[in-house]
Amino acid sequence: MAKADTFKRGVHPPESKGLTSGNSIKKVKLPKKVVIPLSQHIGAPAKAEVAIGDVVKKYQLIGSATGFVSAPVHASVSGRVVAIGDFLHPSGRMVSSVIIESDEKDEGLALNENPDFMGLTPDSIKSLISNAGIVGLGGAAFPTNVKLSPPKEKPVDVVIINGAECEPYLTADHRLMVEQPNDIVNGLKLIMKAVGVSKGYIGVEKNKPDAIEKMKKASEGEADIEVRPLTVKYPQGAEKMLIKAVTGREVPSKGGLPMDVGAVVHNVGTALAIYEAVRYGKPLIERVVTVTGKGVREPENLMARIGTLVSDLVEECGGLSDGAVKVISGGPMMGFAQWSLDVPVVKGTSGILILSEDEFTSNDEYFACIRCGRCIDACPMGLNPSMLSILSEKGFFEETKEYNLFDCFECGSCAFVCPSKRPIVQFVRLAKSQTKPG
Amino acid sequence: MAKETKEKQLVVSVSPHVRDEESIAKIMWSVNFALFPALIASFYYFGPRAMIVTLLSIVSSIGFEYAYQKFVGKKTTINDGSAFLTGLLIGMNLPPQLPFYIPVMGSFVAVVLVKQLFGGLGYNIFNPALVGRAFLLVTWPKLMTTWKEPSAAFVGLDAKTTATPLGILKEEGISKLLEEFGTKNDLYISLLTGHRAGSLGETSAIFLIIGGLYLLYKRYITWHIPVSFVGSVAVIAWIFGGKGALFTGDPLIHLMSGGLMLGAFFMATDYVTCPSIRKGQIIFGIGCGALTMLIRLKGGFPEGVMFAILLMNCFAPLIDRGVKPKLFGEVKAVKK
Repeated sequence: MAKADTFKRGVHPPESKGLTSGNSIKKVKLPKKVVIPLSQHIGAPAKAEVAIGDVVKKYQLIGSATGFVSAPVHASVSGRVVAIGDFLHPSGRMVSSVIIESDEKDEGLALNENPDFMGLTPDSIKSLISNAGIVGLGGAAFPTNVKLSPPKEKPVDVVIINGAECEPYLTADHRLMVEQPNDIVNGLKLIMKAVGVSKGYIGVEKNKPDAIEKMKKASEGEADIEVRPLTVKYPQGAEKMLIKAVTGREVPSKGGLPMDVGAVVHNVGTALAIYEAVRYGKPLIERVVTVTGKGVREPENLMARIGTLVSDLVEECGGLSDGAVKVISGGPMMGFAQWSLDVPVVKGTSGILILSEDEFTSNDEYFACIRCGRCIDACPMGLNPSMLSILSEKGFFEETKEYNLFDCFECGSCAFVCPSKRPIVQFVRLAKSQTKPG
Repeated sequence: MAKETKEKQLVVSVSPHVRDEESIAKIMWSVNFALFPALIASFYYFGPRAMIVTLLSIVSSIGFEYAYQKFVGKKTTINDGSAFLTGLLIGMNLPPQLPFYIPVMGSFVAVVLVKQLFGGLGYNIFNPALVGRAFLLVTWPKLMTTWKEPSAAFVGLDAKTTATPLGILKEEGISKLLEEFGTKNDLYISLLTGHRAGSLGETSAIFLIIGGLYLLYKRYITWHIPVSFVGSVAVIAWIFGGKGALFTGDPLIHLMSGGLMLGAFFMATDYVTCPSIRKGQIIFGIGCGALTMLIRLKGGFPEGVMFAILLMNCFAPLIDRGVKPKLFGEVKAVKK
């Protein structure tokens, strides 16, 4: 079979990565206060393990997992718990959170290092990952240990590390690959060991030649690991598109999972977190966040503690520029617009994008669908977004299922190309909320 | 700084937060632009009269759109270029020498009855310009089929009346056509450049093709409809177009006469009234081609492009329902 290096359809939004792609990851100064939501992942929220007034150390468990699909959370600074209650979350909802005032000492619990980390059994690797509170850092924030434990009837034979970073503007994964390639490769090897597979891929879009080179160098001599340069196209980094590009396999529609085609995909940031958790016993308390856009004065890639408020990060980057109009948690294609800067960085926050007036397109006005078919040509899932949006707009929610509504993962390619500027993703979400799969 | 930051009013809306630069207006004005070479040619062949007819169609289309939207209290959309386009297409689909009320009537039917009463751009079932022309054809059949010779362009009203090449071909056969135009090559050249009788904007195949290629290059249209439409006309003309024996027809005459190029590049490809799925567009194009040739060879009219497209407009929603794009990860139903 011919080796594909991409998927069908998709779009080419302006990359706009030059603002930060050359900037090394910078440590942020210690925040005075962190807001740590108990739910930063898909699944059951963690249960608070601290009370108001408690003194906590960095790395200390403050919320424990409450089921298989759940993840613990840890203190990202040392200090005192000053409040536990509902706080604004980047998803736009209010989420129960633990608020810690930093004592500015940054004292951490002693961590248990495993010098022989490659000799650990799959089960102990998985439990270290699970205890460290690691979730998918690409944005979806699915608990990582669940993805590492496929059921027996779904044999997995490849692990793919997702370094596509197809969202415009974001460069967090890019910088990690350039700066810590060996750690990422070690993370990949640990994942391969944990799921018991012998083939690992690292998929990187060709617009990051320096990252491709570094990853190739880091995986030299590893016969089982292959770096795969991928066509630059959005949404190349979507799990299903990446699997298609690397293996040629298509995850089945109607709720199929990567494991149905023998694949497990993890983001480069997740691979790094896995390495640090297994080798050093380090819980997930920080991540790389690209703070970018023309709405911020000095765009940077920042290593930020989980729970740091966006306002602190913006200040770190020289503040908002005069034309700033929109603040997005995540990238421009799938991120969430924020109405306040008092919102924390969570485990799934890959970037904070601040758009200025000249980068901004107003969504205020849209027109009737003229059936030009551009959205159909753009949809990576082979859907008919035009029909989905028309049916949803008119309230025919049940009928949207005939057009495979639930196969849409809301990448936004359709709305990106729509000449009528229709909010197609919003119509799809509306329909999803008004009907049930099946 | 932090204080200032907090006082800022932020815009909150659903993703995606960036959009590409295309808009309805940009696309519509590009289509208008693509028609200009053929339009200029029509002024050259048919003179000031062609200019007036086209101008009247455009102005009245825009006027009716504005007046209707004002009347029902809708926001006006005359700047999006679609009313201009409807007017331009009506003008280009008319014989050059008509009483001035005729283009105005055509525009009224197209813009008010076919487009606005159905809900405006995006909701109309039929191509407005073509229904406008069909209305004029059945209401004033004589005026709408009185053709003038292009050579007499600048003489004005006393230009010689003649038949269109397709009319001659239908009524009197290929020999008469060659008698009029000279050799076969002369005929081809006349058809290609537009030196022939016909609707004022349809005669110049070459300039219409140039405009069509521009739209293909800009990706405002895809090859599917023009190629399947023109291709099926060529094949059917070759098979059935000859006198007596099969496979003796002359496809080139059929390709370059009548309104085929104008129809295939600019009217059948109207987004709103054609299927939006590419595979379906091929079915649509073949349907247009087959109906065109059915009318040209067997029907009562010498030309069939207009009715072919209008009939296929009826099928567009059905085609879109039946033809689906290939779903990613489609699970084939297991046969039992």
